[in-house]
Amino acid sequence: MTVAQERALVIGASLAGLRGAESLRRAGFTGPVTIVGAEPHAPYDRPPLSKHVLTGEVPADATTLPNLTALDADWRLGVAATTLDRHNRVVGLATGEALAYDRLLIATGTRAREWPDAAQGRLAGVFTLRNRDDAAALRRALTAGPSRVLVVGGGFIGCEVAASCRALGLPVTLVETGPTPLARVLGQNLGAVVAAMHEGLGVVIRSGTKVERLEDDGSGHVTGARLDDGSTVAASVVVVALGAVRNTEWLAGSGLSFDTDGVDCDANGHAVDADGRPDPRIAAAGDVARFPHPLYDGRRVALEHWGHAVAQAEHAGRLLAGTRPGAAYAELPAFWSSQGGITIKSVGLTEGADGLVIAQGDPKQGRFLAVYGRAGRCIAAVSFDCARWLPAYAEQIRAGSPFPPIRGATDQGALTILSPGFPEQRRPEVSR
Amino acid sequence: MSDVTLFAQVKDPENRPNPYPLYAKLRDTPVSHQDDGTQDGIWVASTHAAISSLLHDPRISSETLPAADRPRTGNPFIDWVVKPIRDRITDTHRPFIFRDPPDHDTLRAAVMHEFTRERVRGLRGRADTLVEDILAKHCNARDIDIVSDLAYPLPVTVICELLGVPADDEPKFHDWATQLATALEPDTLTDDALRAENSRTFDAISDYMSGLIAQKRKAPKDDMLSGLAAGKAPGVPAMGTYDLIATSILMLVAGHETTVNLITNGMLALLRNPHELQRLRDDPARAPRLIEELLRYDPPVQFRNRTTLAEIGIAGTTIPKGVSVVLLLASGNRDPAAFSDPERFDPDRSDNRHLGFGGSLHYCVGAPLARFEAEAALVALARRLNNPRLIADPPPYRPGSALRGPKHLRLSIDGLTG
Repeated sequence: MTVAQERALVIGASLAGLRGAESLRRAGFTGPVTIVGAEPHAPYDRPPLSKHVLTGEVPADATTLPNLTALDADWRLGVAATTLDRHNRVVGLATGEALAYDRLLIATGTRAREWPDAAQGRLAGVFTLRNRDDAAALRRALTAGPSRVLVVGGGFIGCEVAASCRALGLPVTLVETGPTPLARVLGQNLGAVVAAMHEGLGVVIRSGTKVERLEDDGSGHVTGARLDDGSTVAASVVVVALGAVRNTEWLAGSGLSFDTDGVDCDANGHAVDADGRPDPRIAAAGDVARFPHPLYDGRRVALEHWGHAVAQAEHAGRLLAGTRPGAAYAELPAFWSSQGGITIKSVGLTEGADGLVIAQGDPKQGRFLAVYGRAGRCIAAVSFDCARWLPAYAEQIRAGSPFPPIRGATDQGALTILSPGFPEQRRPEVSR
Repeated sequence: MSDVTLFAQVKDPENRPNPYPLYAKLRDTPVSHQDDGTQDGIWVASTHAAISSLLHDPRISSETLPAADRPRTGNPFIDWVVKPIRDRITDTHRPFIFRDPPDHDTLRAAVMHEFTRERVRGLRGRADTLVEDILAKHCNARDIDIVSDLAYPLPVTVICELLGVPADDEPKFHDWATQLATALEPDTLTDDALRAENSRTFDAISDYMSGLIAQKRKAPKDDMLSGLAAGKAPGVPAMGTYDLIATSILMLVAGHETTVNLITNGMLALLRNPHELQRLRDDPARAPRLIEELLRYDPPVQFRNRTTLAEIGIAGTTIPKGVSVVLLLASGNRDPAAFSDPERFDPDRSDNRHLGFGGSLHYCVGAPLARFEAEAALVALARRLNNPRLIADPPPYRPGSALRGPKHLRLSIDGLTG
C-alpha cells in the first residue's frame, strides 16, 4: 500500500486530472500530490463552451468545475509539461523545472486541430474551440454582429456551434466534406436527420464540399472561404471545427507507446512501453488514453467523452493509489450533445455497425431512438430527445444481446433494418 | 410457493399499517413470480434496481386496464346501442396514466403546457392561505382529525382551483373520486363487481365533466380546463372532447387521493419521530428535505401495475410476454442496496433517489403541487398544533394497498398556537 513519502504527479488539470487526483485521495493516497496544467485556469467544464457560453447564458469563466472532495494538492497552472524521463522518474516543465514522481497520471487531453494553412489560420476572425479562452473570444466575435459565420466541419463541435449561432439569430453556413454532418459517428442515415434538423434551424449546410482556402481582406481579417466546387462563402467569422489532436508530444523519448491518437494503456489502465510492457507507476485517463475496451473485443479506443473522463480517471486514481482494480476498466462509452434544443445521447460505439433500426419514436417527429448492430449483436444506441429509454438499450449492449435488441416496444410495430451508411475512411481507433 | 403468497399478504388489510416487513422478504428475490389466483400469476419487482430498470424499459406497457364492459341494464336501447359506444369510447380514450407512447406523450405534453410555472406559483401562496383558513376553524379544538380536517380539504381545493372546477360541486365528485381511485388497485384487474361500479362512476363523472368542458368552451376562464379545451400547446394537436374528459377526471382523482396520504403519512411520521417534528417547528426550511424523505419512507403510491409487451430478462429471471408486473415502488424505497439505513426516517440523507413519484415517462405530473401542499400543511401543523398526541397508533387505514393511507389520523391537542 501507499508509503507516505511517495509523490504523485498529475499532468493535465482538466476534468480527468481533477477527478483522478480526487480519486487518488479517496483511495487513501497520503503523499504529496502536484497537479500540472498548461492552461492558467483551475479545472473547468468544457461541454458548455460550444453551447451556453456561446449563446451567453453562461459566462466562460463560470464553468469552473466543483471539487467533489477537499483536495489537498499543489497546483502548477499555466505551465506545460515538456518531457518525461521514466528512468529517473522526472517530468520536465516548460519553465525548465523538473518534478519527481513515484506515481504519474497522464491526463493531458487534446487540443483543437488547427487549420492546415498556418497563415490563413492566424487571420483575425478565424477561431478554433477547445478552451475557455477560445470560447470567450468566439463569444465576443459573435456578439459583434458578424455578417455570417462559416463553420468548417460537421462534427459535434461544428454542429453545436452552428446551432448556437442560429440561437443568436446569426446567418450560418456549415461546410462538411462528408455526405452529411456527423456521418462519421452516426452514419449518413441519421446524419441526414441531423442535416434536416439544422436546416430547420436555418443553418445552410454544404455537405460533400471542402474548404480550399480562407480568404482575407488584405489587412489580416478573414472575409470568407473558397470551396472546392469553385463557389465562395462570405463570412466575417470562421470557426474551424476539424476535431482534436491528442497532447502526446511531451512523451517523446519517454519510451512509452504513443502517437497523435493517444498514449497506449493496458487493460488495467497502466501506460505501456513500445514493447507493450506496462509501467506500474504510470496510468493515463481521459481523451488522451487509448485502451483496450473489453466490450469491443479488446480493440484499443480513445474516447473523447465527458463521462468517460470521469470514470476512467477515478479508475486510474484507485490504480495509482495501489488499490487492486477489481476488474479491467469497462465502462460503456456514452456521450451527449445538444443542438438547437434537441438532446442527442448515445451509448456504445457505432463503429463497424452493419445495421440500424429505429427502435422507438419517429425521426420525422424529431424524437426517436436508433440502435446499431454489428454481426447480429447490438453495439450502440443513439437517442434524439428520447433518453429515458436509453438505459434499457445500454443493458442490451452490455449483455451483447442479439440485434435488433428489443422487439414489441410501446410505440413500434415491425422493425426495419437499415444501413447506417458510414462513409469510407473512418479513422478506426477514434470515436467521436 | 407457500399457500398465501407474499403479495397476497401485501393486499391483506391486516398488513396495511405496516407492509414494509413483507417488502423486505419480497426483496430476497428482486423479481418474483406470485400466484394471485389468475392463470398467469403476477410478477413483482421489489428492488430499487429492478424497478428503475423496468420503469425505463420500453417493453413495459401502462395499458393495463381490461377492456371496458359495462353491465347490462335490460333496456335494449342502452344495452345494444349506448353501451357498445360508451365501451368503445372508454377503451380508446383512456387517461394518459393508462396509455403508452406515442398517444401518452401527446396528451401529457398538452397537460404540461398548461401546468405553467405561474399557475403553480400562484397556487403555492394560495395553499398557505387555505391551511390558515382551515386551521382557524379549529383554534379552540382539543382534538383534530388530520385526514378530514386538513389533508383532504386542502388538495381538493387546490386541484379544483387549478382545473377550474367549482368548489360547490365538490360533494358530488368526492364519492366518484374515491371510487375511481380503486382503478389503481390490483383487484381492478379481476374483480367484476368493482369494475362494474367503476364503469357506473366513470359514466357519471364523465357526464359532469362533459358539461363543465362545454361551459369552458363557451366562456373560457384562466384555468387549466379552459386552457386544455383551447389546445394551445405548440406542436400538439388539441385534445378531443373524450380525451379531455378522461384527462380532467384523471387530474381530479389524482389530486384527490394521493396528496391526502402524503400529508397524513407525513404527520404520522413526524409524531413517531418527535425530534423531527421539533426540528421542523424550529426551522421550516427543513420542509423540502423532509418531504423528499417522506416520499421515500412512506409514499402515498406504494406500487403501480404494468404489463409486458415482450419477454424481459431481468435480475436472473425472465418475465414472459403479456403478463402483469407490479412495480413495488415503496419497497424499492427501502432497499438497502440503494439507501443506507433504509428503515430509518432521516430527512438529512444525502442521496435520496426515491421512487415516490414513480419515474420515467409516467413520473408524477402533479409532483410540484404535492410538494408545496405537503410543505404548507406540515409546516403549519408543526408550528401551530400544541402538544399533539396520537390517539391510536397505528391509525385505522383505508382499504387500498396501492394507494395506501390512514382513514383517520386523530390527535389530541392542547389547542392551537399563534
